[in-house]
Formats: sequence, structure tokens, C-alpha cells
Amino acid sequence: MRLLIIRRLLALLPTLIFTSIIVFASIRMIPGDVIDLMLAQNDISTGNDRAVIEAALGLDQPIYIQYFVWVVDVLSGDLGRSLWQNTPVTEQLALTLPITFELGFLALLVALSVAIPIGIYSAMRQDSMGDYITRSFSLLMLAVPSFWLATLVMVFPSVWWRWAPPLQYTPFLEDPVANLAHMSVPAILLGLSLSAVTMRMTRTMMLEVLRQDYIRTARAKGLKENIVIVRHALRNCLIPVVTLVGLQAPLLIGGAVILEQIFVIPGMGLMLLEAVFQRDYPVVTGVFLVVGVSILLINLVVDLTYSLLDPKVRS
Amino acid sequence: MQTSNASTKTYHPFIVFHQRLFRSKPLGGFGGVVFAIFLLGGVFADLLAPYGMNETNMFNSLQSPSLSYLMGTDHLGRDVFSRILYGAQLSVIVGFLAAGLATIISVILGVVTGYFGGKTDMLIQRFVDAWMTFPDLVLLIVVVSIVGPGTTQIVIILGCLYGIAGSRIIRGSVVSIRENMYTHAAQSMGAKTLHILWFHILPNVMPVVIVLFTTRVGAVILAEAGLSFLGLGIPPPSPTWGSMLSGSGRTYMYLGPWLALAPGICLTVMVYAINIYGDALRDMLDPRMRGR
Repeated sequence: MRLLIIRRLLALLPTLIFTSIIVFASIRMIPGDVIDLMLAQNDISTGNDRAVIEAALGLDQPIYIQYFVWVVDVLSGDLGRSLWQNTPVTEQLALTLPITFELGFLALLVALSVAIPIGIYSAMRQDSMGDYITRSFSLLMLAVPSFWLATLVMVFPSVWWRWAPPLQYTPFLEDPVANLAHMSVPAILLGLSLSAVTMRMTRTMMLEVLRQDYIRTARAKGLKENIVIVRHALRNCLIPVVTLVGLQAPLLIGGAVILEQIFVIPGMGLMLLEAVFQRDYPVVTGVFLVVGVSILLINLVVDLTYSLLDPKVRS
Repeated sequence: MQTSNASTKTYHPFIVFHQRLFRSKPLGGFGGVVFAIFLLGGVFADLLAPYGMNETNMFNSLQSPSLSYLMGTDHLGRDVFSRILYGAQLSVIVGFLAAGLATIISVILGVVTGYFGGKTDMLIQRFVDAWMTFPDLVLLIVVVSIVGPGTTQIVIILGCLYGIAGSRIIRGSVVSIRENMYTHAAQSMGAKTLHILWFHILPNVMPVVIVLFTTRVGAVILAEAGLSFLGLGIPPPSPTWGSMLSGSGRTYMYLGPWLALAPGICLTVMVYAINIYGDALRDMLDPRMRGR
């Protein structure tokens, strides 16, 4: 097992390097006129000097040195300072990251609790009317943009019943009920779009498992259908499903950006958008890097869990 | 007038293929028809739209749908139906151009890495891994923040984004084609590499390419709408469906809820239609890709 972890970590290394190069290139791609715009937009107290900003972004050195300086900085936990608020980017991230993770976690709960039962039902009644309806529905959910659903949730209840989803963020530890009341609507919307993918995967996996010999054996033994499904089929189909869901992390984080903006949740997505509009590039690249690295790590953890759970892979 | 009888009449392969598609995949065929309607609506928006896309009429602001304004008017008295048609035009333009660019990038990257393999392939594959790590939207937002919003930029960015990710799929099928007998035969006869790529590899990945292009059109249209919604897509006053739903318009939706419906329904129906059409195409052209 330890060998496996080491091997996976080594395999991750090249990808990690390329990830860092992509993020670094995005810093470098900031063109000169944007720095002019930053000068015009941001009132930086240290003097509205082009050289100051170029030095702050580290643009005054040869490119490979810039890269190494940047990597060393990042490894020592320094992502630079916000040009706007002059606070360290890591400090802001420490505040916003848990909020986005909470949203993602809630959405995952919604997605799994909706998609897995429906996926199983769909597989057990393959090609029936119910199967057809749920499959069309999941295809439809892939086409519905979550920002439109969110707009509908904001507009219609308030027009019809004078009710609107709460938009006031409260930290979970301060008031869990208010926090969940605020987070639940965006979490459901985010979860729905994830559930479409999960439903399809559960159905496919379940169909595959149901065709296995051991299911026929279990049925031939005279086991009740419920036991066959729960104890024999479900167990074998859930491992790949849960791992595949884990690999949908980009979908969750990407969706969170839009929903955080609509529901005014002070998470990483909102932080990114505000930074983009303020041209606060250290913050933009900081979030960019953290998003990339967290997804790589999530994938690694999912991958290792899979090997831990599935004896076939473990050996 | 064609006089030949049915048995000798030869149709264009495109028509023959779609006849077959309609027979075996009616739902997918239906999706193709719906998409074609949006396509024509967008192409002929100038002829079909009863009003100009930014023609304002303050006396008729926030009118609910009626015979003279099929989908109502917005807060500036602009006709929503006309704006939807011009929005379709923009979606179609962005969708086709960006998906086309993405497909070209995917094919070049996929064919080169898949056919030659080796160290270059390994390096490029690790780069693609890293690229695909980032959520589409986050990558888009960061790049737009650097190059600025605008139609050309959006097309290029979306093309690169989906092009690099899609090269995986092309690469996969090139790797399997490379090992086919006819490729080895061509190699042993001393055919030039370019000749093999063009006459043996490319025609055989075409089914995958067509499917990839179709599914990309839908993905690109959704991504553009998301960006426009956030105010990072095609700048106003261009009537994109995404921006029609965005923050500034939302204030008026409480007074005119119909404003929230048309752009979202069109977006959903169009992307849904492309998706089921793409699924049907995939099932018919390349059964191996099923379920992907």
C-alpha cells in the first residue's frame, strides 16, 4: 500500500509541474496595458508607479528566475498580497476556501441521495417507462444551465408568494440553522447538475453488475430480490460510482463560482470574480492555483480510496 | 425535375445518413430538427426579427407577451423575441466557430501525439492532464480576466479550452488505428508519413471528429452563456442569452417575470437538442464511444 501511495505521488509530480506552469503563464500573460488599467483603477498607497506594480508582480526579472522565485514563494505558503486590500492572499483563501468546500459537500450529499436510488431503479427496470423518463430527465439536467435555475428560484417565488431565498451569509459555527438555510438552495441547484451525471453512471454500473455471474448465483440460491440488490449488486456498483463522482470535483467547483455569485456566498468563487473585476491579479492567480492543486489532491485521495476499497486493484 | 426511378436515384450521403438516423433514432433525429430550427432562426435573424435588437421604445417598456410583442418587452421597451433571435445568431456563431476551432486543435494535437507517441506525446499528455484539472469556468474566467471580454477572444479561448481537452479522445482512436493492418501496409510500402496521416489515419478518425464537433457545439454555447451571465462574455449591448439573464436584467424580472423565461428555455432546449442529436450520431457513427 505504501508503495502504491509513493507511485501515485510520483505520477502526480509531472502534472503538478505543468499545473504550476499554466498558473505561472497566466501571470505572465497579463499584458502591459492591463498594468496601465490597474494603475488607473487601483489607488495603491505605495505610489502609482509602473515599476512598483511590475516589481509586485515580479515582472522585472528573467522568466525562469521569476518561475523559481514564484515556486519557492508558493511552497513557503506565500501567494502574494491583494493589490486592493493589501492582505495576504493566503489569509483570504483561508476564509473563503472552507465556505466553498461546505457548498460542494452539501451539493455532493444532495447529488448522491437523489441520483443513486434513481439510478438503481432505472437499472432494475431497464427500458421501462420509468427508466425512459429518468434518463431523459438526467439528459435534460445536463442541458439546463444552473444560473438559469437559480434565476428562476430567485424571481418566481418572490413574484408569486413574496418569498425569496435568504442572501445573508452566516458562518456555520455562529448559527448553523441560518447558515444551512442560506446554503441549502444553492447546494440543491449545484447537486442537481451533478446528480444528472451520477444517475447515468449508477445506472450503467448497476446494469453491468446485474449481468455478472454472482448475481445469477445469488438469485439461484433463492435469495430475496432486495437482498440480491442491496448486498450483492449495490456493494459492487457503489465503489466505482463513488470514485467517479469524486472525479467530478471540477464540475462542483466550477458550478460553485456561478452560484456563489448569485446567492452572495463569500466563498472562493465570489473571491475570484471580485478579483477579476477589480483586476486584482495576485488574488486571481492565487485562487487559480489553489483550485488546480485541490482538484489534483481530491483526485489522488479518491484514487487511493478506490485502491483501498477494491481488492482487485489493491493486489 | 428528376425523372429517374427511386431505385437508381442517388441522394447525397448526408441525406442518406439522416434518413437512416431518423429511422433508427427518432429522438435524436428530432433533436437535429430542433437544432436546425434554432440554426435557421439565428442565420435569418435579420429577416425574421420584427424589431431591431436594440430598438428601444420607452412607451412600451415591460409589456407582457402579446401579439405585437410575442415574448414581451424589457425595461427599455426592446422586443424580447427579436433579441432572442439575435441571441440565437450570436450563440450559433460562437458555437460553430469555437467548436470548429476546438475540433481542429483536437485533431492536430490528437493525431500528432497519437501517431508519433514517444517523449513528445508523454509531455503533451501531462500538459493535457494539468489543463483538464482546472474547472472549465475557472479557466475561462482567469483567461478572460487577462485578455478581456469580446466575441473574438471568447471564440479563441473556448476553442483552445475544449480543443486541448478533446485531443484525448482523438488521440485514443488514432492509437488504435495506428495498429491496424492497412497502416502497417502503407508504412511497409514506404508511404510518406504525411500521406499516411492524411489518407489512412484522418479518414478513419472522421466519425469521432464529427461526434466531437457536435457535442462541443452544445458545450461551447453553454459556456459562453455562463460567461456572459457573469458579465465576462460578449459585452453589451449584444443580446446574448446569458447576458439577458444576468444581474442587471434580474432587477426587472420581478416586474416582468417573462424576461426570465425565454432566454433560459431557448438555451436549455437548444443544448438539449444538440446533446440528443450528438448521442444519436455517436451511436450510429462510432459504437465504441457509447456511454462516454
